[in-house]
Amino acid sequence: MADDAPLWVVLVVPAGLAVLVWAVAAVDAGPSGSGRRALALLVQQRRMVRASDVPLVRLGTGLLPVAAVLAAAVVPLGFRAVGDLPDGIVWFNAMEALAWAAVWLTGWGPNSTLSLIGGYRFLAQGLAYELPHMLAITTAALGGESLRVGAVVEAQDGVWFALWMPVAFGIYLSSALAMAFWGPFDQPVGTDTAGGAAVELCGVERLLFLGGRWLLFVVSAAFAVPLFLGGGNGPLLPGWAWTGIKTAAVLAFLLWVRRRMPTVRTERYVEVAWVVLTPLAVAQALVVALVVLGR
Amino acid sequence: MSVVAFWVLGVLAVTSGVLVFRFDSMARATFSLLTSLLCVGGELIVLGLDYLGIVTVLMMTIEMAIMAVFMIMFMMNPAGLMPMTMTHNTRGAGFLCAVVFALLVTGVLLVPWPPRRGTAPPDPTADLGLSLMGPHMLTMTTLGMALFATIVSSVVLATRRGRYDRYGDDLRATRPDDPVRGGVGR
Repeated sequence: MADDAPLWVVLVVPAGLAVLVWAVAAVDAGPSGSGRRALALLVQQRRMVRASDVPLVRLGTGLLPVAAVLAAAVVPLGFRAVGDLPDGIVWFNAMEALAWAAVWLTGWGPNSTLSLIGGYRFLAQGLAYELPHMLAITTAALGGESLRVGAVVEAQDGVWFALWMPVAFGIYLSSALAMAFWGPFDQPVGTDTAGGAAVELCGVERLLFLGGRWLLFVVSAAFAVPLFLGGGNGPLLPGWAWTGIKTAAVLAFLLWVRRRMPTVRTERYVEVAWVVLTPLAVAQALVVALVVLGR
Repeated sequence: MSVVAFWVLGVLAVTSGVLVFRFDSMARATFSLLTSLLCVGGELIVLGLDYLGIVTVLMMTIEMAIMAVFMIMFMMNPAGLMPMTMTHNTRGAGFLCAVVFALLVTGVLLVPWPPRRGTAPPDPTADLGLSLMGPHMLTMTTLGMALFATIVSSVVLATRRGRYDRYGDDLRATRPDDPVRGGVGR
């Protein structure tokens, strides 16, 4: 079982996450750099579309990073999490769901057609990825016979779940990208709608929204480590180092996929998710359930 | 601490619940209702029912996000750009609410609540699962299948394009004639 970290960690985690996200974004941006753009957004002049619903935009843009940080509370570094809740896996999923509301609000609020299209696209895409995603993390919980993240890590002391639940692992990785509407799943903020849900955002709101998207991406990539890659388990090095190495590997892989894959259109992805991914995820859960029952 | 959380969440839940009827924009009303339901989820967590509370947060968020789409599709004045009111038949509704409230309060005060026996189980989630599913697994499975069949059949009945539109009058077309192609290549 993972230990709960001391209380001061609650203050350190958001700052630590911010530094991590900054580093990953800087690596991804290459020599052009992302820091200067972020600073420019901080001092940018505010503008608002006529008759936009300002409170809803602020709520949506602010909710995205908050949901990501709250989800990070159950992600263990090594064998320590801010809170190793008895229902940590459900908690993670519930916080991800808040991102749904956030993106839709950000799309609806500015009273702009293109951002509204982006918000609706995210709901359609979200409905399609959420079911296989839920089944994938349920499969990991089934393998660990607990909803506690610490117990799932403990169950992978010998064999990592990624090795005997490859389908669930693959679906989790793809939905980690979809959750943060990155890379083949970036239609909600697609260039064909001039930036979709984010088109009208500027200044601090844009920084919060795009930064929250990075946070969500990094946190959901990091959660693949305790769920499928054995968490802090590994030879020689301490637990936190293994978590760091594995998280970096997952992030590097997902960034590579994002660069290699063209955008998948939402209506096509929806059919693939319902007709192919969901049955595959159910079959994977069945196999794992039979193994667990036979143990 | 938990007493403070209980009252703060309770007041927030009632306030945002009242605000649902004060807003004239569907999006605001929907998300005000969501706030109220999230506070109820928090209330459950404070009362020690972690799993139920977190599941409430999860289900209600997704449900209200989808509901927002339907509310905006079917309701008049979704953005609140024109004057409108969310309340109808105020006098009748007010009377009904007062009666229901009075009944509930009387019930709360008159029912002989049983005292607690024993202590809380170490893992309430597992016990809840057992008591829900244990002896009633067959019922739950049948119910689940029946609900799923209902959903599928209502979608089939509601859809405008049937199989004759897609595969031709003799159902012999090798490829369905769809306005938008899906991702599986059919």
